[in-house]
Amino acid sequence: MTNPFAGGPDRSNINRKSVKQLYDGGTPSLRGTIIKIALLAILDAVTIFVTFILFMRHLWLAVGIAVVAMLIINWLYLRRGGLPAKYLAPGVVLLIAFQIYVLFFSAYTAFTNYGSFHNGDQKLAVSAIRAAGYGVVDGAPQYDVHLVKTEKGSIEFLLTDPVNGKVFVGDSANEKLVEIPACSTAIADIIKNNSTSVSTADCETVSLGDNLADAVSAPGYAAAEQKGLSKAKLNTLAATRLYVDPANHEGQFVKTDDLMVAITYQTELVWDAKNITFTRVTDGVVFKAAEDGYFRAEGKADGEKVSDIGWRVEVGFKNFQTIFTDKNLRAPLLKIISWTFIFAGSSVLTTFIAGLAIALLFNDERMKFKRVYRSLMILPYAFPAFLSAYVWRGLLNTDQGFINNVILGGNHIPWLTEELPARSAILLVNLWLGFPYMFLITTGALQAIPAELTESATIDGATPWQILRQIKLPLLLVSIAPLLISSFAFNFNNFTLIYLLTKGGPMDSATSGYDAGGTDILITFVYKIAFSGGHGQDYGLASAFSILIFIVVATFSLVSFRRTRTLEDVN
Amino acid sequence: MTTATKIVKEKPLKVAKRRQTPLRWFFSTGWRHIVGIGIVLYAIFPILYIVSTSLYPNNSIEGNNTLFAAISFENYVSLFKDTARPFATWYFNTVYIGLVTSIGSVFISALAAYAFSRLRFRGRRGGLLSLILIQMFPSLLGLVAIYGMLIEIGKIFPAFGLDSQLGLIMIYMGGSLGGGTYLMYGFFNTVPKELDEAAKLDGATHTQIFYGIILRLVAPVLAVQMLLSYIGITSDYVLASVVLSKPESLTLAVGLQQFISDPFSRDWSMFTAGAVLSAIPVVALFMYLQRYIVSGLLGGAVKG
Repeated sequence: MTNPFAGGPDRSNINRKSVKQLYDGGTPSLRGTIIKIALLAILDAVTIFVTFILFMRHLWLAVGIAVVAMLIINWLYLRRGGLPAKYLAPGVVLLIAFQIYVLFFSAYTAFTNYGSFHNGDQKLAVSAIRAAGYGVVDGAPQYDVHLVKTEKGSIEFLLTDPVNGKVFVGDSANEKLVEIPACSTAIADIIKNNSTSVSTADCETVSLGDNLADAVSAPGYAAAEQKGLSKAKLNTLAATRLYVDPANHEGQFVKTDDLMVAITYQTELVWDAKNITFTRVTDGVVFKAAEDGYFRAEGKADGEKVSDIGWRVEVGFKNFQTIFTDKNLRAPLLKIISWTFIFAGSSVLTTFIAGLAIALLFNDERMKFKRVYRSLMILPYAFPAFLSAYVWRGLLNTDQGFINNVILGGNHIPWLTEELPARSAILLVNLWLGFPYMFLITTGALQAIPAELTESATIDGATPWQILRQIKLPLLLVSIAPLLISSFAFNFNNFTLIYLLTKGGPMDSATSGYDAGGTDILITFVYKIAFSGGHGQDYGLASAFSILIFIVVATFSLVSFRRTRTLEDVN
Repeated sequence: MTTATKIVKEKPLKVAKRRQTPLRWFFSTGWRHIVGIGIVLYAIFPILYIVSTSLYPNNSIEGNNTLFAAISFENYVSLFKDTARPFATWYFNTVYIGLVTSIGSVFISALAAYAFSRLRFRGRRGGLLSLILIQMFPSLLGLVAIYGMLIEIGKIFPAFGLDSQLGLIMIYMGGSLGGGTYLMYGFFNTVPKELDEAAKLDGATHTQIFYGIILRLVAPVLAVQMLLSYIGITSDYVLASVVLSKPESLTLAVGLQQFISDPFSRDWSMFTAGAVLSAIPVVALFMYLQRYIVSGLLGGAVKG
């Protein structure tokens, strides 16, 4: 390669610079310095803004991290020297935030029971259990609900009992109901006399026909609209409880879910904040916090749960224990693991053999139109993978798909709905997706083999087959073995293909509880455990699996890379 | 080397002088063409099929299975008219997320790779080794952590939280850095060190060497790396499906799925139209950069 800087070093320049300066990367230019200062200023401004917001929220740890990170970055870029750090800093920051943190958080989650039933801390669980711990009181009054605005501007409920005509207004600050006699009289009058829409000066009503009417406003309470209220406000309103007897929070209360009809409920679970217990009103059973993150009867490990809702606790090796000892999990898991290895192994093997065969086929000097062939053949590789999966799902459709109808002449092979056909379909599709890549790399590697080798072998009387087996193939494997390993590791976690093609299905109904399908590989199975499990979402178990998969893939890759390195050295 | 190339060059000349009978042609290269055409058909029939379906008006089963039975752009028009499934917005989102992430991550990995390739510092070997290890942890496995992290961030900075494209971009960038840096490190090592040493003696600063020499020389590789990273990111389904949920913030990979729940309805025709439109720019770029892609793959291959 010609040196664009030929002409010899400029001696005078060297004399003026010390060796130290050369290693520091030369004298910085003015323009470079200005750009650097400007970028740092922008970064600092953003960080200060972020820190300010964090400060307002009293998130002291985050404030500390932001400030320290900002100071370190400024120091790194403003000091002389320390060149490596200047180039590494942006990558390292992102890597720490989005890879290393994620890795450690996953590792931590693997030792907790984090999941949809253990979503937050105990406080959150208590409020969720309290919110759900009530039942409908049979025969108690129901009310029609209208929203009203107080003079102070807060929104309250105006409740009309259509049976006896009583009208109440909610007092959400004190969680109680207040009767408005003027309105009660007016509505009772309507019910009794079937008069239509009697509006007194105090109480405005609206007729519903058939002797029925609702109060819509009352003295001090103006009619209000649901429209224009924020979603959060509506949720708060729907969660509001108005007690019949405000002194007794274990008694009956009125609540509306849809802001149309309010129903009378009875509290079934009584929360005791001092002793951290729930007491069931009906039979007096006391539920205490148990170690597994549930409220259980008397706090015993096998006691009855007060609710499926619990909180997040550290559970030690329980998730790993489940993976290795759970009898329900064992059969589906073994099947999934074996299929994962079969899938990844056969995918690499089939694509490699196909790619190599095609490369050899076209590795002939006399052949014409090679470029045309190549351009057409790498189309599957160029085509976005998610689209390929979707397209093949259509092609492989049992009744209307192109494969069954046209290529197989009206066959009805259940490509995606039965296990064996589904597995073969996946390998077939992956062959389609992967052979162009293997073709490209084997062609390149074949062309890199020196022509002398084959020449001298031919002169020595070797047959083409011998040349391939004993000269080309070993040399080829040295250069592409690392790629085959990466390809195996990639397919081991090839979520996109499997999930978008079959969703891991067909589902195996025999497997108890776990959502395991006939074509599930480990990663799709883990995804289902985490995000759509039959048990509810179990992040802890999914993270334990993730960590194990990571260990398997990393060990496999490291060991193989080692071995291929030595292979390379030997040759 | 020279003798070897001479022999290779003379061979086709000799063959050309000989009389070509069809039989001889078949045994020398003819059979290769026949096999080759078979392979090409296997490679392109699914693509021909969706192009044909996307052009077939008012989808029906017969039309589906006869390639190019009729030509109409009806499906394309209805694709853009569907307000509940805003295809154009998804398209824009995908291009936006893909471009920002691939350019950003390639640039940041290039910076780090330069340090690893050209500078000597304590912890360099350890850094490289941990890079290899970290990149083996697919971000897919960290889904739970990512999900939880975005919920927490979203409470304070909604612009980076759940259902935000910026949050997704950050996650993609973080996830692709490890592998990207390691690949780029291999490419940078192929640029002779003498070049930057000479420039250094001539008084070039490290930034001048980085932008002026190294990045220039590996520019084709950078382009390929960007394209591959763009393809990888725009093909991602899992992270995008977990992070994004509003219909107007989806990417194509997540959004187009809404069309295929019922195969061979009108939706399926619209899906094929959407698929063709989504694939065209990527495939075109891929074809255009073909030559570099092949050398890039091998460069990465030799360097592990």
